[in-house]
Amino acid sequence: MARNGVFSRKNRSAKVETLDAISVDSHELHVLAVDDSLVDRKVIERILKISSCKVTAVDSGRRALQFLGLDGERSSSGFDGLKVDMIITDYCMPGMTGYELLKKIKESSTFREIPVVIMSSENVMARIDRVLYSGNNRCLEEGAEEFIVKPVKLSDVKRLKDYVMREEGEDDSEKGTYKRKLQQDDSDLSSLSSSSSSSSPSSSPPSSSSSSPLSSPSRQLKTTSTV
Amino acid sequence: MLGLGVDQLRADMNQLLALLFHQGVLDDHFLQLQQLQDVTSPNFVYEVVNIYFHESEKLLRNLRVLLMDRDFSDYKKMGIHLNQFMGSSSSIGAKRVRNVCFAFRAVSEQNNRAGCLRALEVLEHEYCYLKNKLHELFHIEQQRVMAAAVRYRIQD
Repeated sequence: MARNGVFSRKNRSAKVETLDAISVDSHELHVLAVDDSLVDRKVIERILKISSCKVTAVDSGRRALQFLGLDGERSSSGFDGLKVDMIITDYCMPGMTGYELLKKIKESSTFREIPVVIMSSENVMARIDRVLYSGNNRCLEEGAEEFIVKPVKLSDVKRLKDYVMREEGEDDSEKGTYKRKLQQDDSDLSSLSSSSSSSSPSSSPPSSSSSSPLSSPSRQLKTTSTV
Repeated sequence: MLGLGVDQLRADMNQLLALLFHQGVLDDHFLQLQQLQDVTSPNFVYEVVNIYFHESEKLLRNLRVLLMDRDFSDYKKMGIHLNQFMGSSSSIGAKRVRNVCFAFRAVSEQNNRAGCLRALEVLEHEYCYLKNKLHELFHIEQQRVMAAAVRYRIQD
C-alpha cells in the first residue's frame, strides 16, 4: 500500500517523547479542510493556522477530491506540493456529503492512510440516528478517525493535531491508549446516539488494512463500546 | 483627555458583552472567536461576523421568498436553509438566533406554513437585534482602538 509522499514526516527520525517535547521541525501539518459554509471555513482555517498547521480550505467534497487528484482526472505524480496530513470535513454538505468523501478517500490506495475527521453539529448527530456506528452512514466503520462536534474549538484541533503527530512516533499500544482517551472524552457525545445495533465491525470495508491504525483493536473497542 | 476614554470604552464593551451573554444572545463560542484574534489577524472577529451577516441576510431573503409563494410546499428546501443558518449562527456564538432557527425547523417539519411565517418573523427580529448589538460592539471597539492610538502618540 502506497504511503510514499502522503506522510512526508515519516522520513524524520525524531522520536516523540511527550507532548511538550514534540518538535515540529520545519514541517507543519498540512490539513485539508472541507466545509460548504464560508463562516465555518474561515473559523476552521484560523484555528488551524493558530495551531501551526498549513491549511487548504475548500467548499465541497468535489473540490477536495480535485485537490487530491482523485476526481478522475488524475495527474500522474504531481503531488509534491499537495501532501496532506489530515482531512477535516463537514458531514452535512450539499452534493457530496462528508461521509461520501470519506468513502472515496478510503477507497484510494494513495490517500486511505490519511486521518479523516468528520465535523458535525450536535443536533445532526442526534437526529441522524447512530451516525457513528450503523445505518447508512457508518463513518467510523469506514475509517473516520474521529468525530468532532461543531462548532469546532481550538482545543479540539490541538487534540487532533497531537493525535496525528503521535501516531507517527509511537507504537500501536500507545495509540490504543490515546484513542481510548479520545473515546472517553466523547462519551457524552456517543450517548446522544441510541444504543448501537448488533451490527458488528466485521463488515469493515475491504480497503482497510491490518497495519493501519484504522483497524487497530482500539478502534474495534470504539465501535462496540457504545451502549 | 482621550486616554481616559480607553478605559471607559473597555468597560462599556465588557458591559455590553455581559448583557448579551446574560440575555442569551451570545454564548461562549463568541468568546472563542475573540480568542482567535491576535496581532496576526487583528480584525478576525469583525471579518467573520461580517461574512455571517452577509450569508444570514441571503438566507433570510431565501426563506421569505419561499414562504411568500402561495404555492409553497418545499419544506425540505426550507429545512436546508435553516440548517445552514443554524450552523453559522452556532459557529459565531449567536445562541438565540440559533435557537430560533431550531424552533423554526421543528415547525417547518410539520408542514405548517402559517407557523413558518410567524417563525420567520421571530427569526428576522432576533437577527436584527443581534446585528444591531454586534454593530454597537464593533463601534465601541473601534473607538477604543482609536483612543488608545491617540493616547500612545501623546505619550511619545
